[in-house]
Amino acid sequence: MRNIQTIAWKEIKTYFASPMAYVVAASFLAITGFFFVASVSDPFAEASIRGYIAGAIFFMVFLSPALTMRLLAEEQKLGTLELLMTSPIREWEIVIGKFIAAFVMLALMVAGTFYFVVVLAWYGDPDIGPILTGYLGVLLYGGATLAIGLMASALSSNQLVSLVVGAGLLTGLTVSNFVADRLTGAAQEIISNFQLGSSFSVFDTSSFGVVEGGHFADFARGIISVTDIAYYVSITAVFLFITVVLLESRRWR
Amino acid sequence: MIRLEHMSKSYGDYPAVIDVSAHIQQGEVVGFLGPNGAGKTTTMRVLTGFTPPTEGTAAIAGYDVVSHSLDARRHIGYLPESVPLYLDMTVMDYLRYMGQLRGMNRKWIDERLPVIIDTVRLGEYQNALVGKLSKGYRQRVGIAQAIIHEPDVLILDEPTIGIDPIQVVETRSLISELGGDHTLILSSHILPEIGAICRRVLVIHEGRIVADDDPENLSDRLQHAERIEVSLRGTESSEAITAIRKLEHVVDVRRDSRPMQDRMAEQGVVALVIDAKPDEGATEDVARTIVDSGWGLVNLHPLPMTLEEIFLQLTTEEGA
Repeated sequence: MRNIQTIAWKEIKTYFASPMAYVVAASFLAITGFFFVASVSDPFAEASIRGYIAGAIFFMVFLSPALTMRLLAEEQKLGTLELLMTSPIREWEIVIGKFIAAFVMLALMVAGTFYFVVVLAWYGDPDIGPILTGYLGVLLYGGATLAIGLMASALSSNQLVSLVVGAGLLTGLTVSNFVADRLTGAAQEIISNFQLGSSFSVFDTSSFGVVEGGHFADFARGIISVTDIAYYVSITAVFLFITVVLLESRRWR
Repeated sequence: MIRLEHMSKSYGDYPAVIDVSAHIQQGEVVGFLGPNGAGKTTTMRVLTGFTPPTEGTAAIAGYDVVSHSLDARRHIGYLPESVPLYLDMTVMDYLRYMGQLRGMNRKWIDERLPVIIDTVRLGEYQNALVGKLSKGYRQRVGIAQAIIHEPDVLILDEPTIGIDPIQVVETRSLISELGGDHTLILSSHILPEIGAICRRVLVIHEGRIVADDDPENLSDRLQHAERIEVSLRGTESSEAITAIRKLEHVVDVRRDSRPMQDRMAEQGVVALVIDAKPDEGATEDVARTIVDSGWGLVNLHPLPMTLEEIFLQLTTEEGA
């Protein structure tokens, strides 16, 4: 536990000392702010944060890997991984510590959007339920994207490769409904159930909502579904596990 | 303290270390000597638990590096050859972080930091960013992180590679001081360096230990020819070669053919390399001959044997 804390704290301090975290946070706030404003500025617009959520989960496909790309790639490039792996700590402690650091950064970014809710409450009468489940969904979804990004970071000592691989995987999991639509039977069932987010309705300016299907839709609607929570937690756990295995495999090479 | 039993390590089909056995007692200062690619780093990586052996076992302080890896690692301070450091941390933050990772509590770290900073003489740079330090100072930070948790075993991989000669001298004396408190293993491809620091040398060549001895015995076993380089003025090289070759213990005399000697030759200086039987006073004979002949003696000094020659000798000796 102490090792995890040590690593997480060091990474958080490094985030605050490096420009990347600020660039990512600024992009996130600018993009989500734009989508929020666009979704509520029509006459008779709904007082909800669905527009913000749609933008957030779509752009996390790129922003999460940008946040995680350094975490393990740089350790490999600098050779400091050799010191970590010869210190009396376990691989999973390294991985969990780094994941927590990235998640704290993500949570801070998401917390930075909370003024949307204040604006809604000031000018309208928002339904607080879907807002809370929306935030819960964003954090769960964000955790899953960070785990995938962290795994991509373990693959290479090159941060750019990590970014591209991470964003590529996330894009694949996001657009998997296009593949599922063209399949039938069990294959369709499996692939459509693996769809990470379903935010492509951001291109549908008339709704700015979250499309039906996928594991995110219910959170945006105010429904807490055990299946969806289990899905995001499982994705996070599986990819963190793969990351640990990738680190362990370095010993055998 | 350290036990290697028939340890082999292969990367795929490539055998990096083959059937290495060695026992190192507490407090010993041992040097791994070998050319690049001999298997020194691989042996160290097995000892530090970074990579498991393919065959055989390795143990630190009684803990197997595979089955009780964490316990074994607790006893080790390690400086890899590449001196890995986080360039965007200050020296103090970096050492504090490494101390925490080695399981030190805050009080212990606070006590150790000033001592360590003093030991490696980093005082004026303790709040500098590691990335701003010169290679020699980074080396000191690397040594500091290896000793901060007072490990029983200290493993330093090529600790003087890539730093300037003045810093090499300082680093060597620093390592010599550390030898008193720790069981110390260091690797090098420079024999005099190992000889100056270590009481025991393991010569590693092509993945095998070809010699395990103290530096003096190793020198004796090598039965090396004494080699002298002389530069003289006021004679032709052929004349000097003929005169010196007549001396009793001289085995061979030839012109020094290195390119830098050409400019010397333009100034009328003849450079020769002389091989002689060791410990027979050949150097004195050569000097006397030159002076008695009325030539000007510009330079005379013994040449160390190159590492290649040492390995050639050791490997052919084993083969015989």
